[in-house]
Amino acid sequence: MRIFMLGWEFPPYISGGLGTACYGLTKAMNQLGLEVTFVLPKSLDDCHASHVKLVGPSMPTDEHDAARFEELENITFRTIDSALSNPYATLEMCDRKIEELIYTQKLSHTKSSFGGSMNVSKRKASIDYGHNLISEVHNYAASALEIAKREDFDIIHAHDWMTFPAAVAVAAFSKKPLVVHVHSTEFDRSGEHVNQQIYDIERMGMQVANKVIAVSYLTKNIIMRRYSIANSKVAVVYNGVETNPQSNSTPQSTGIKKDEKIVLFLGRITMQKGPEYFLQAAKKVLEVAPNTKFVMAGSGDMMHKIIEMSAALGIGDKVLFTGFLRGKDVERVYKMADLYVMPSVSEPFGIAPLEALNHDVPVLISKQSGVSEVLTHVLKVDFWDIESMANKIIAVLRYQPLQMTLRKHGNFEARKLKWIDAARKCAKLYDKTLMQEAKMQPEIA
Amino acid sequence: MATVCFYFQLHQPFRLRDYSVFEKRSDYFDEKKNRDICRKVANKCYLPTNRTILKLIDKHRGKFKVSYSITGTLLEQLERYCPEVISTFHALANTGCVEFIGETYYHSLSFLYSREEFKEQVKKHSDIIEHLFGQRPTTFRNTELIYTNELCQKVEQMGCFDCVITEGADRILQGRSPNFLYRAPKCERVKLLLKNYSLSDDIAFRFSNRGWQEYPLMSSKFAQWINNINGNGNIVNLFMDYETFGEHQWADTGIFEFLSDLPDKILQNPDNNFLTPSEAVKTYEPVDVIDVPDVISWADTERDLSAWIGNEMQSSALQGVYKLEKTIKQKTNAHLINDWRKLQTSDHFYYMCTKFFQDGDVHKYFNPYESPYDSYINFMNVLSDLKNRCKQNSGYEEK
Repeated sequence: MRIFMLGWEFPPYISGGLGTACYGLTKAMNQLGLEVTFVLPKSLDDCHASHVKLVGPSMPTDEHDAARFEELENITFRTIDSALSNPYATLEMCDRKIEELIYTQKLSHTKSSFGGSMNVSKRKASIDYGHNLISEVHNYAASALEIAKREDFDIIHAHDWMTFPAAVAVAAFSKKPLVVHVHSTEFDRSGEHVNQQIYDIERMGMQVANKVIAVSYLTKNIIMRRYSIANSKVAVVYNGVETNPQSNSTPQSTGIKKDEKIVLFLGRITMQKGPEYFLQAAKKVLEVAPNTKFVMAGSGDMMHKIIEMSAALGIGDKVLFTGFLRGKDVERVYKMADLYVMPSVSEPFGIAPLEALNHDVPVLISKQSGVSEVLTHVLKVDFWDIESMANKIIAVLRYQPLQMTLRKHGNFEARKLKWIDAARKCAKLYDKTLMQEAKMQPEIA
Repeated sequence: MATVCFYFQLHQPFRLRDYSVFEKRSDYFDEKKNRDICRKVANKCYLPTNRTILKLIDKHRGKFKVSYSITGTLLEQLERYCPEVISTFHALANTGCVEFIGETYYHSLSFLYSREEFKEQVKKHSDIIEHLFGQRPTTFRNTELIYTNELCQKVEQMGCFDCVITEGADRILQGRSPNFLYRAPKCERVKLLLKNYSLSDDIAFRFSNRGWQEYPLMSSKFAQWINNINGNGNIVNLFMDYETFGEHQWADTGIFEFLSDLPDKILQNPDNNFLTPSEAVKTYEPVDVIDVPDVISWADTERDLSAWIGNEMQSSALQGVYKLEKTIKQKTNAHLINDWRKLQTSDHFYYMCTKFFQDGDVHKYFNPYESPYDSYINFMNVLSDLKNRCKQNSGYEEK
């Protein structure tokens, strides 16, 4: 089976769950012996991102050539020269890139690449950015079609809307069946203020596709309700988690005292992730457990608002902002944390809690997340229920046996969610789709 | 001779209300939920089954007999929410064919944590049974049939019981039949009745299981199985939750018809009869010693304590409760001591069980919590408030 896979992110160039998911899935497909050609836009800043060793493989230096990661023998990578590599069209990405650059102290070399976008008003920047992104999506589609013309494959698998125009074009040209994989929808990213253009692309992709993969039943319901896709066409394939090899890194000096407990928020600081609920819960926790620090690891379009909000709540000294973390720093922050909280307003899946469990950190998640469908040994709250969230945070900080039991069972449960199972489900879905296609062919001919 | 000995278990806990760490009030129990569940079970099970039993006793003129073990926490709730159930038990008590069995008032695990508290709760339970039904229990069963040699010895020392009931677990019988009386090592007077779990579970669990090869279970077939005991046993102990009738097995499974018809079919064989536990120990002698050095129970397939003390949360919650005993008892404040005792009910710890959590099963029955973690957090918040009240001089006074 040869799969023509269209993606937008791949480690080390990731902004969140999408790249991690693509890596996990293709690695498992590689183990199953599936042949995958993975088409990826070339990253804007690969020369700066080489410090990141999140998952090991590094991209080839020769940009336009096919790349083969050593551990992924059946996966061929093709990259397209693309000016922008980020899927989520908001100012936060600019912020994040700048932060990353600060982190690597390379800002002086690269200032020009950003054209001073930090100074542009948010609204304007976001429009420009979005506009650019849409045109990038179309560039990607044109190039992907060129690549497809030279490739031989049985089925097309496309990840999220940025690749859908490409996928639809390749499907029309090749007459091969198309599977689109929905890791998040415009409603998850933007609430009710959807970008109509993006929504239209998503809907068109799902309608044209032979099958739609949703990362949870939560997402499947959105796909059925908001995009009018038939129940029978949507399959749920849960994500997995990479099991974490124990690392020996020890926490470095952080300004956090030993007797202080640490509650961790790790993710983009954006509406979808519910950072303001986290802060409001923090305020309540501190009334009862003042010896607690709240670490917000990540960046995003709400970062400034959240910093201001923590000051306004009078808990500015208790909330630490680390900016966007990668690799060793992520491991370090997990090592220090007593509890990981994901208060997402809308989370199609949520790989981060699995990673926290994998790092032996107990987890509290919102019920409005896909991952809560598969996890039982975690604490769950409605994202808006601040009191319940604070109540549960305090209990974890207070009661060692609760922490121990959550950690023990949660870690075990997370390890059972394997990418290989997700890959097997995809493979089955390919077979089924190809069989249905084969049945259809004679009638068409 | 084959004697049939029925014993029915009735219990409801005082379930806690949602109690967050920010709570200011010191009332812990969910009045509405407890009332609703109590009334629901009364209507589906307690009332119709009591009526059925009453009719059967009447019909068989003293030949049909049963025994009940009703916890103090349920009796309190019945008095408050469904006094008509208490009235029907009065009527049953007056027939002379019904025995009431002693246990810990609060359906607690106190035997494992405090012998002093255990004794007090058993006495309190015997008192309320005598007060309500005019008979003082002489048969004892511990919470969830939790049992060891030591329990039997302790009960014998208490002087008021001559029979103890427990599970006929394979590992204590070691090939012997549960259909005889036994005794515990170092016990002279107290005799043991062991649950025939196979025949009991045929009614309690398998009755409506269409996948079971004996389905449908008719009373004549079951009576035949009882007849088969004749010659290789004295007594068949059928012990089960009373909720079997109408709640675990719904009325439309035919369980009430089965029950109504069973005594007739069993008594058709003149060698069969019905006895209560205290009559059984007067009729038969123990045939052997049953040695139970390690604790057993009637729960799950393991028949051990892991449903209540299987994880760190359960152990810490239980230890937390019993650590308060000395302080609470010094306070001599009735509210404080009642609240503390209601927290000892084993259900609170059962809700914290992570053992079968993923399978979803019997542990979910009337479980008010979404997860064992939520139940632990709620319980610990209540316990923490109780501790604070202990620290105050006067404790909690009625407003």
